[in-house]
Amino acid sequence: MHTHYYDAHDLPRFGEIGKDAPGLSEKFFAWYDAVFAEGALTEREKSLIALAVAHAVQCPYCIDAYSQDCLRKGSDLEQMTEAVHVAAAIRGGASLVHGIQMRNHAERLGM
Amino acid sequence: MTTAAAPSAHRVLPTLQKRHAPLAAAAEQRALLSRMPVRRSFEEALGGAGLYPLRATGIEILQLNVGRKCNQTCRHCHVDAGPDRTEMMPDAVVDRCLEVIDATGIPTVDITGGAPELHPRWRELVTRARAAGKEVIDRCNLTITLLPNYAYLPRFFADHGVHVVASLPHYRQKGTDTQRGGGVFEESVTALRRLNALGYGKPGSGLVLDLVTNPVGTFLPGSQKALEAEWKRQLLRLYGIEFNALYTITNMPIARFLEFLEETGQLGEYLERLVTAFNPAAAAGVMCRNTLSVGWDGTLYDCDFNQMLELPVDARAPRTIFDFDLEALARREIVLGPHCFGCTAGAGSSCGGATTGVKIALTG
Repeated sequence: MHTHYYDAHDLPRFGEIGKDAPGLSEKFFAWYDAVFAEGALTEREKSLIALAVAHAVQCPYCIDAYSQDCLRKGSDLEQMTEAVHVAAAIRGGASLVHGIQMRNHAERLGM
Repeated sequence: MTTAAAPSAHRVLPTLQKRHAPLAAAAEQRALLSRMPVRRSFEEALGGAGLYPLRATGIEILQLNVGRKCNQTCRHCHVDAGPDRTEMMPDAVVDRCLEVIDATGIPTVDITGGAPELHPRWRELVTRARAAGKEVIDRCNLTITLLPNYAYLPRFFADHGVHVVASLPHYRQKGTDTQRGGGVFEESVTALRRLNALGYGKPGSGLVLDLVTNPVGTFLPGSQKALEAEWKRQLLRLYGIEFNALYTITNMPIARFLEFLEETGQLGEYLERLVTAFNPAAAAGVMCRNTLSVGWDGTLYDCDFNQMLELPVDARAPRTIFDFDLEALARREIVLGPHCFGCTAGAGSSCGGATTGVKIALTG
């Protein structure tokens, strides 16, 4: 019986998700690799985006993987920290902008 | 024989030797590495790739490590170089190296250290090797060119067509200063601008300026091609600096980087990372196969890393420059150890950077 939901040793086991549904995982990993290949954006830029999104979705596996990947691809800690602030700003802004909905309701219901 | 330690504006630390640290001794380093459990030996890994025993394919590069004195004390340094080191190649060894350079067709002379320019006969080595028609590589830490007695270096490099290979771990200050000492980045930028002003790194000048990056930490370097494109874009954008090629070099678990790994409890994890990333294609292109490394005392090694671990060339080959025999050395068997995984991890690593164009798989 596992006593916790997250385990760092599960990250390198990601490929096992292909068991029992290999066709689907093959499609996923092929698409995943294509997404992160150099294109209009560099691999380094894509890795920074992934790091920011990892914080937005609060995935510890992704934070582990993309902290390493960003360093390997030449980003430094200041750049990575700024990327996390971008994620945090969007999360915070997303909450705050809904305040306009709150105000709309309040203004409709109030006097 | 030795010169006084040069004053530095940047931050320097005492070497392992100065601190009398146990890992100052090569035997202690070898013992520590051999005690670490790894899932397979380097010999087994090579065997699996059909490359064991690993043999030299010739000698295209004669690499001279002329001494361990340096004006910097980089935290990853496999030489444990620093201002307090006194080892310098003596005259008899310099003379013999020059004889070998003159008498053989080895096309490239690669001069390293320490800061090789601190050797009193460095200029003579460069001048005579160039006169013999050799390509001369100088492994330059950049900051040496800002010291008053060495401000002549950029012009000297240019006048003699020296191929400059300079260290710059990152195009931003923080990473570079973390690895190489506070203040090094700013001095390096000044030095690179002076080299650019002389034509180094500029298209059509014929003056080659390559940069070397070692990871600032315990991760492996990424794609050399992608990093080179990024380094070029950023150095030009931020500082107006141009260069020719970027070499990625993996940090080797030797000397000060070995101490760092041990002190931070990361040695086992780092070795495992290197072993896991073993790449047969990288193994086939390792530098020891076409390089002969000469130590300050004239001892011959397969590479600068074996030199620091005091692992001389195979006993069946001549072991000092005084007994140099091109035929016997050109087909020698390479001496191996667990540290060799550092040159075969991922895209590979050598004094000339990655040994393949293979893309490293994503970690997660």
